[in-house]
Amino acid sequence: MTETKSHDANQMTGAAMIVRALIDHGVEHLFGYPGGSVLPIYDEIFQQDQLQHILVRHEQGAGHAAEGYARSTGKPGVVLVTSGPGATNMVTPLADALMDSIPLVCITGQVPTHLIGNDAFQECDTVGITRPCTKHNWLVRDIKDLARVLHEAFYVATSGRPGPVVVDVPKDVQFAVGTYHPPRRTDVHISYTPQVKGDPVAIRKAVSMLAGAKRPVIYSGGGVVNSGDEACRLLRELVEVTDFPITSTLMGLGAYPASGKNWLGMLGMHGTYEANMTMHDCDVMLCIGARFDDRITGRTDAFSPNSKKIHIDIDPSSINKNIRVDVPIIGDVANVLGDILTVFKAEAKKPDIKPWWQQVATWRARNSLAYKKNSELIMPQYAIQRLYEATRGRDTYITTEVGQHQMWAAQFYGFEQPHRWMTSGGLGTMGYGLPAALGVQVAHRDSLVIDIAGDASVQMTMQEMATAVQYELPIKIFILNNQYMGMVRQWQQLLHGNRLSHSYTEAMPDFVKLAEAYGGVGMQVIKPGDLDGAIAEMIKVKKPVLFDCRVASLENCFPMIPSGKAHNEMLLPSEATDEATAAAFAGGKALV
Amino acid sequence: MTQPASAYFIEERHDPNETHTLSVLVQNEPGVLARVIGLFSGRGYNIESLTVSETEAQKHVSRITIVTTGTPMVIQQIKNQLDRMVPVYRVVDQTLTGRSIERELAMVKLRGVGDARVESLRLAEAFRARVIDASTESFVFEITGGPTKINQFIELMRPLGLVEVVRTGVAAITRGPEGM
Ligand SMILES: Cc1cc2nc3c(=O)[nH]c(=O)nc-3n(C[C@H](O)[C@H](O)[C@H](O)COP(=O)(O)OP(=O)(O)OC[C@H]3O[C@@H](n4cnc5c(N)ncnc54)[C@H](O)[C@@H]3O)c2cc1C
Ligand SMILES: Cc1ncc(C[n+]2csc(CCOP(=O)(O)OP(=O)(O)O)c2C)c(N)n1
Repeated sequence: MTETKSHDANQMTGAAMIVRALIDHGVEHLFGYPGGSVLPIYDEIFQQDQLQHILVRHEQGAGHAAEGYARSTGKPGVVLVTSGPGATNMVTPLADALMDSIPLVCITGQVPTHLIGNDAFQECDTVGITRPCTKHNWLVRDIKDLARVLHEAFYVATSGRPGPVVVDVPKDVQFAVGTYHPPRRTDVHISYTPQVKGDPVAIRKAVSMLAGAKRPVIYSGGGVVNSGDEACRLLRELVEVTDFPITSTLMGLGAYPASGKNWLGMLGMHGTYEANMTMHDCDVMLCIGARFDDRITGRTDAFSPNSKKIHIDIDPSSINKNIRVDVPIIGDVANVLGDILTVFKAEAKKPDIKPWWQQVATWRARNSLAYKKNSELIMPQYAIQRLYEATRGRDTYITTEVGQHQMWAAQFYGFEQPHRWMTSGGLGTMGYGLPAALGVQVAHRDSLVIDIAGDASVQMTMQEMATAVQYELPIKIFILNNQYMGMVRQWQQLLHGNRLSHSYTEAMPDFVKLAEAYGGVGMQVIKPGDLDGAIAEMIKVKKPVLFDCRVASLENCFPMIPSGKAHNEMLLPSEATDEATAAAFAGGKALV
Repeated sequence: MTQPASAYFIEERHDPNETHTLSVLVQNEPGVLARVIGLFSGRGYNIESLTVSETEAQKHVSRITIVTTGTPMVIQQIKNQLDRMVPVYRVVDQTLTGRSIERELAMVKLRGVGDARVESLRLAEAFRARVIDASTESFVFEITGGPTKINQFIELMRPLGLVEVVRTGVAAITRGPEGM
């Protein structure tokens, strides 16, 4: 640290300010990787013990770890990386966090200000590159701005619709001495004031629609989890008070408990039949913190054609983006649900929807998640069910990679609480789950943290096993090893004449040896009969585990809404014969 | 409906396009223009015209005027996407106010002698364009007005020896006492 003559405790270098600001914002852990342009900050980190730095093996790992940390705690995840390649390696997690509304504060080193623009060593235009994949970003050219920008960064990342931000700090600014000030109420970006409270007129209108509904549905999403525990409590209360059926997106799982009697399961492309049919046939839809993503709507012109739609979202740009809604309510979920409940309880009565529930029961009876049991091979769905049975009631967090295993996890693992489910929904980033599990475990040392993984995805960020071993983070990597990029293979089978172009991973590593090479524990299971015992052992092990669960290699993920189809044209597993599949996929024989 | 084999739902939209003029008040911080332009290119929106200048220096506030086209739903998206940007204070759809005045300035260079030269001066007068530079074989006209008027003027000048045109893009303001 550069010594200054002043005795003012707030006089310090830029590097010291960064560490101070993180501490002042309650940060306990940050994920990072050093390099030339952040060495002054690393020097400050070395000389204190309030912040714990977790050294990853690749900056992408730091980013996803911070995402897992953030999603499982509700606090922002913090990342520190160097200029140039350090910053570019962060692009994927930033884009991922932007899509899934995850608050991240990423500090990047930059070359000294006088070299910016000179193609200096390890220079890249970090703010330019990250502009479209952050909620906001800053290049701090003057030490006088640093404290304010750092505080603004936390404000922007965590307020309104959360998202990732980048603060790019040139090395000379890290060395420069200036005056720090702790966070003040004025350190908000003056032009950014998200609307939290819903319009009372719209809320009244919504309540009267809900009270008059004959075939209602609640469609909730990640925004409920973003909003926090109070929002989830209110959501549960709303379901209780109205007795409406509820479904959720992939991102919203756990906000309403999977064991709840009104739960329909996930909706969308790989959602349950009952959830999608309820959405399609409803007369009043209450969308809470979800964004009518294309995995949900299917064909937009055939999406829930006869319903009046109410949409609660804090971001006006989510409203009327894909689907026109009748009553938009801009505001924070907890705030708006609180108001809706107050008005509903005072002025409305729960409508009689018995016939609607009877209809729902007939859809449920189709048992859309059924799969063929097998006594020789482990079915991937069965593996998740057994994992769920072995871990339910425990303090468990689940992350995933991307692919079929992710969808099976969403379908077969029952989430009872919010913040327990970390998955890359919007960007669909293979390689997310392992580092995300690491981040979750850092925040919840004594909990059971499991990454439900695919054999291809997990190889994208496998190097973070070394981080897990170094910090004694006993994450469990439960690999549904089908030897294929299963999701890609499934699409190729359904859409491209089963020409499996480059979706078979030859030269699969020996995951058991790999785990051991990292200093973790490797396990392998091939027979269904051995599964329960092995899972029990995995849970017991107090080290990182790579669990190689060999599953049926050609199993497809159903049910499924084929492309170009509506919600009521789902392909169910029991009906997915080759001909039915061929017919369901538009274009028919020419394509399949 | 048939569509190519795809993991996406490919749909055509048939809503007619509309042209709207938007006024955007922004915090004048580095990169703010890149952010706005990046939004348009990144999300595939059109920019027909864009002007920007600082309008309140002490408060570091700039005003951007954008003319864009799209379906009503896309126009609404554009406004919402602009509005959610951290350095954006306010977005006003001038077209929806129905009370906006739009002006643009163009400088138009002509080369010619004889009748064409005389004719160009006559037309300039009719359009209230001013001569701001002249040589024995050229003129530069300055003209202000709505985009349609300027388009017309340029078309008329074309056969008379038009060399080049430069336009500022549209600036817009609402009639009446209120600010945006
Ligand atoms: C292989 C694959 C398959 C998939 N299949 C499916 C599928 O079958 N079904 C499915 O559901 N998803 C599926 N997804 C995920 C899908 O791509 C989207 O990520 C997901 O549907 C989006 O969830 P969401 O609508 O809840 O929105 P999120 O991305 O979670 O967005 C949250 C919304 O809430 C708003 N919000 C945030 N905070 C607040 C607050 N405090 N108050 C109010 N509003 C707030 C935001 O503005 C935003 O509009 C799949 C993904 C992959 C990778
Ligand atoms: C980084 C990245 N590259 C490519 C893809 C496209 N993709 C989606 S799923 C998938 C296959 C995943 O295979 P695996 O991890 O084995 O899971 P499975 O589907 O077999 O369960 C691929 C390649 C992606 N989502 N992310």
